[in-house]
Amino acid sequence: MTWLTLRQLRASAAGLFAVVAAVAVVLAVTGPALFRLHRADPALFFDRLSSADSFLYYAGVGAVVLVPALIGIFWGAPLIARELETGTHRMVWTQSVSRTRWLAVKLGLTALAALGVTALLSLAVTWWSSPMDGAQSTTRGALPTRFTPIVFDGRGVAPLGYALFALVLGTTLGAVLRRTLPAMALTLLVLLGVQIAVPLWIRPHLVPPVERTVAATVSTMTDITLGQDGKLTLGVTTGSPNAWILVDETVDASGRPVQLPAWFGACLPPPPSQAGQGATQAQGDGGLAACFDRLAAEGYRQHLVYHPNSSFWPLQWAEAGLFAGLSALLAGCCFWWTRRRLA
Amino acid sequence: MIEFSLDLRSGVAPYLQVVQQVRHAIRLGVLRPGDQLPTVKDVVARLAINPNTVLKAYRELERDGLVTARQGVGTFVTRTLGGPTLTAYQPLSRDLRRWLAKARAAGLDDESIEALFASTLRAAAQEGIA
Amino acid sequence: MSTVLRADGLGKRYGRRWALTDCTLEIEPGHVTGLVGPNGAGKSTLLNLAVGLLAPTTGTIEVCGGRPADDPEQLALVGFVAQDTPTYATLSVADHLRLGARLNPRWDDAMARARIAALGLDPRQRVGKLSGGQRAQLALTLALAKRPELLVLDEPVASLDPLARREFLQVLMEAVAEHGISVVLSSHLVADLERVCDHVVVLVDSRVRLEGDVEHLLATHHRLTGPRRDPATMPAGQQVLSASSTERQSTFVVRTDEPVLDPAWSVGQLSLEDLVLTYMSPPPDLDAGARTALEVLR
Repeated sequence: MTWLTLRQLRASAAGLFAVVAAVAVVLAVTGPALFRLHRADPALFFDRLSSADSFLYYAGVGAVVLVPALIGIFWGAPLIARELETGTHRMVWTQSVSRTRWLAVKLGLTALAALGVTALLSLAVTWWSSPMDGAQSTTRGALPTRFTPIVFDGRGVAPLGYALFALVLGTTLGAVLRRTLPAMALTLLVLLGVQIAVPLWIRPHLVPPVERTVAATVSTMTDITLGQDGKLTLGVTTGSPNAWILVDETVDASGRPVQLPAWFGACLPPPPSQAGQGATQAQGDGGLAACFDRLAAEGYRQHLVYHPNSSFWPLQWAEAGLFAGLSALLAGCCFWWTRRRLA
Repeated sequence: MIEFSLDLRSGVAPYLQVVQQVRHAIRLGVLRPGDQLPTVKDVVARLAINPNTVLKAYRELERDGLVTARQGVGTFVTRTLGGPTLTAYQPLSRDLRRWLAKARAAGLDDESIEALFASTLRAAAQEGIA
Repeated sequence: MSTVLRADGLGKRYGRRWALTDCTLEIEPGHVTGLVGPNGAGKSTLLNLAVGLLAPTTGTIEVCGGRPADDPEQLALVGFVAQDTPTYATLSVADHLRLGARLNPRWDDAMARARIAALGLDPRQRVGKLSGGQRAQLALTLALAKRPELLVLDEPVASLDPLARREFLQVLMEAVAEHGISVVLSSHLVADLERVCDHVVVLVDSRVRLEGDVEHLLATHHRLTGPRRDPATMPAGQQVLSASSTERQSTFVVRTDEPVLDPAWSVGQLSLEDLVLTYMSPPPDLDAGARTALEVLR
């Protein structure tokens, strides 16, 4: 059964393995130069990045996010569905192995291959990107932090959980739908849904975030934005670099989220087009500080909920574990369905 | 070595056809005492028929004393089939003429006589097996 | 073992439709049993139930002494060639043999290789490139090299040309002669079955209509032609299975254990195909007592 699984996997695996190996090689080759650049001058690092490096950065993230989906679609969906479609299940299930053993070996070995491929890729990309995550430039903006939803899935061990889940999902859908193409399409849809739903609703809660209420001051303020509805919102820094900010809202003394008071709008320095008088500027700053004092005096605080940078790995392991658990559950369903219902 | 052929439309049971072909071959001298009959495996591999058919035929031939089966070696012809002697023919021929006269007197024409003879022969053969 | 297949009240339902109803059969070892019937009669369903690819809705089925596909030991006793002989198109002939060797404990590799060589197949060729007849032979080789006690074939020759069909049956019969395996094969081509089967089961409309030894059945069924007569007036020992009459003449198919001695009748032989066709048609309109007796004859 081992031989048969590997023989059947050979065709679809070869392509993926080749691509991943190529990516790994490219990263391995360009990585050391990047590390040297970073060590030379961290502050100017981002400015010195070539467009090729940025491209590779995004490509790396894309690859690690894409590979589990490809595994689900091209390894998972056809695993059972293909056999049902071509009728070969009538041959292979009447040899001398039970259906359970057949599926166990097939799914198990494919899962190992999936984990191996994903691990290799994720390792390469995580290593290569380590100097870059969150790098900021004075002029060119910043690269997304590791906590950015897509980037989070393009690093570390979470992709392993996704790969396993995608594989088992594809296999189960293939068994239920009995046709490869619809199973592929549905697998893709579900994976997309998961990729949207998890960062939004589940990931923030996997590890308890840090919750603080602070008074806003000039030094802690990060931005004041004017929304389309004319409302002002205030943001403050968490004091923890590259954190994942979940909530940053103004609350009143009792803790309820509120809008900034109307008088606060007058505190703002005039728009840059009207600036030019240094005196007004200084006055604006001084006035701003006074405004913040008044804000604090009136009981306004900033409610912060965030995951500090150090929570990155706990979140990764938690998410990987979550998906491993889901995979196990789904695999159980798949076995049950194959044994009982495909009869 | 003899080769068998099968006519599924003849109305004669397949195993009987094999028996008849062996007897015919022995009578004609194509098969002589000591000759080996084709193995069951070879017959079915050529004709694509059920082995039990051949086995049944060979068993009947053995019962008739025409062949003998040697375990592990094959089935061999044991004797010849002489034609019936002339002396057996004559009384039979006389009886037949008398019967023919009776049939003609009853009004049967040649075709009806042949039909009656054929169906009676067949029925008698079936009774012999059943 | 005493029986190679035993079904008791076996039934299979798909949604509303019963594909197989109240099937009770006993097939003894050492026979080649033909399963005949029109398309949709339930032949594939019965065979798939026998090899464990389907689970019964009602009743039980026992094959080679155990429930189908219960465990690897039971699976090893039964060889199956499915309809349209499915094979892995991208794998080679040699790969299929290796598949058989790895997945079957009683695999006879020498026999498999000998057969492949005798068939003239190139082991390295991809199976997708083989002709229908060659694929069927490969599937048969796989099933035979497993050394099963029962071989089940679902319409194995349906899509083959006459030469390929004959070659397939030759190989099958040779294997039966050599290894003494029992065979159950389904077909809607009765002429083929007449050569190779010594036992027949007729399935019509999801039910078993006839089952028995071919020779016995052919010896006890006759076509009677004679002057016009009401079928109900036939003697009790002769069951009328089909009747058709013109104004002067009647033709009946009867089943009887005694010889037909009434000189009014001209007695004719039935071929297996005629016999099967008789049972596939609805019985004539006789009184209720006679009709129930026609249902299943052993």
